[in-house]
Amino acid sequence: MAVASIGILTLLTAAVLFGPLIWRIPINEIDFTARLAHPSWDHPFGTDDLGQDLLARMLYGGRISLAVGFAAMAVAIIVGVLIGAIAGISRGSVDAALMWITDLFLALPQLPLLLLVIYLFRDFLKNWVGAEGGVFILIVLVIGAFRWMPVARLVRAQFLSLREKEFVEAARALGATTPRLVIRHILPNSLGPVIVAGTIDVAAAIIAESTLSFLGLGFPPDIPTWGRLLFDAKDYLDIAPHWALFAGAAIFLTVLTINFIGDGLRDALDPRRVM
Amino acid sequence: MSEPLLKVTKLTKEFPLKGGLFSGQVASVHAVDGVDFHVDRGETLGLVGESGCGKSTTGRCVLRLIEPSSGEIHFDGKDVRSLRADDLRILRRDIQIIFQDPYASLNPRMNVGAIVGEALIIHQLTKTKQQFEERVVDLLETVGLRADHMGRYPNEFSGGQRQRIGIARALAVEPKLIICDEPVSALDVSIQAQVINLLEDLQEKFGLAYLFIAHDLAVVEHISKRIAVMYLGRIVEMASAHELYASPRHPYTEALLSAVPIPDPKVKRQRVRLSGEVPNPISPPTGCHFHTRCPIAQFPLCKSEAPPLKQSADGHWVACHFR
Repeated sequence: MAVASIGILTLLTAAVLFGPLIWRIPINEIDFTARLAHPSWDHPFGTDDLGQDLLARMLYGGRISLAVGFAAMAVAIIVGVLIGAIAGISRGSVDAALMWITDLFLALPQLPLLLLVIYLFRDFLKNWVGAEGGVFILIVLVIGAFRWMPVARLVRAQFLSLREKEFVEAARALGATTPRLVIRHILPNSLGPVIVAGTIDVAAAIIAESTLSFLGLGFPPDIPTWGRLLFDAKDYLDIAPHWALFAGAAIFLTVLTINFIGDGLRDALDPRRVM
Repeated sequence: MSEPLLKVTKLTKEFPLKGGLFSGQVASVHAVDGVDFHVDRGETLGLVGESGCGKSTTGRCVLRLIEPSSGEIHFDGKDVRSLRADDLRILRRDIQIIFQDPYASLNPRMNVGAIVGEALIIHQLTKTKQQFEERVVDLLETVGLRADHMGRYPNEFSGGQRQRIGIARALAVEPKLIICDEPVSALDVSIQAQVINLLEDLQEKFGLAYLFIAHDLAVVEHISKRIAVMYLGRIVEMASAHELYASPRHPYTEALLSAVPIPDPKVKRQRVRLSGEVPNPISPPTGCHFHTRCPIAQFPLCKSEAPPLKQSADGHWVACHFR
């Protein structure tokens, strides 16, 4: 299952990376003679209400969706590992404070806050790095900022259990400093579950981006992402179901395969196999 | 006789138990309760006792892997308890530890070369990469492993081989004292003998001193020059190995020794059976810790007064009011 998933995901990634080089119809070529056309040889995924080719828009949108997914995962993992590691190694009051912050973030109502943050900072970033780049940074940071808590808890729990292991004690007995203990002994052994959590985060970030785009708060309307395609398609579900279908299927397939890969990784990295 | 390599005086360790509404300290576990002993250069002191009697905690306190609550530890003229981080690191070139579980004591994600050579990097004992590799190979061969084992990972080895890796790691810093925390308890009997023989060879070769912690009396008798018996955080008897086995004085030692199986079905002997369980170290019995299970206890003396560890014959120390 995991192997098949890796195959499908690789195919999807390759398609969005190299697809636009092969399927040369521009994403914004308007052709009113082919409005809402059903899939045909000219337009394999059909067209939207402006006659824009959906395959081209899907391939381009996939780049953004996947990039957001992986970048947000990276943000979540880095923040989560940092906070979890500091909490796990220092214990005491630092640990307690960091875990309070973690719980606080977990308790925040995410969607309203997301909307608020994006509403407040979108224009600022737009002026600073341009519309597309600004929204990309904003969305990645915001999604990452709401996804690091499970990773932090996971890493902290791993640290608390690993720091009592005999091989860590042996390294302490050899005179290893705390940074060395963390980097050489504790962290490498705690990353298995984190990688698995990371794959799930990719899926969650893609869905979160889709949600934002669907609510009209993601990228500017002329830039297609999978979520934006769904948002635009919702008014035409009865006359042009293909419009929503392909974007929905792409999100579904990506999330599903990434989750399967996460499961596979968890099995492959099972400590009972390693230890 | 010069002063001993390691001298431990009135060592105690209490682990606080937290609980209750405000996470305050509600009680404490008296793991080690006033322990005195010494280890001479190149000698082996066996430390025996049943599970939970504080023998491993004692060993770890000597290395300050666990901070002692009170008492004094002197190693080679240095006051171990007052050392700061940097000096403690230097101390750990002289004292090393071998662990019980060869599966938990090696980092599963480091290869053998990195595990054995870690101390060389920490203490910068080798200058070049070539020196480093030569030293690691040297160490591996000293403990009976091969040079080509360097690139392998711990899960590719058997328990006995893993224990050898642990020993090589401890030897890397050329220590004077190795704390052996039940180093053979997790191994098969045939492998136990190999590891014990290896430890004895190393002792002869490098003049090592061992603090040998175990619960298997036969193993301890074989390797130790002197043996200390612990019960519930206190040493109850300490004597030379031969003396202790030939004429135990403390009733607890008698009971322990009578439980060692004799590999001869014709031999019949009197078993001293202890009733009941080891008391809870959170609230150990008053007076002599052993009075709840002791066959010769007399009340109220044993319940009210803890017997001191006193010398009853030359080099034979007992903590009992009547022996």
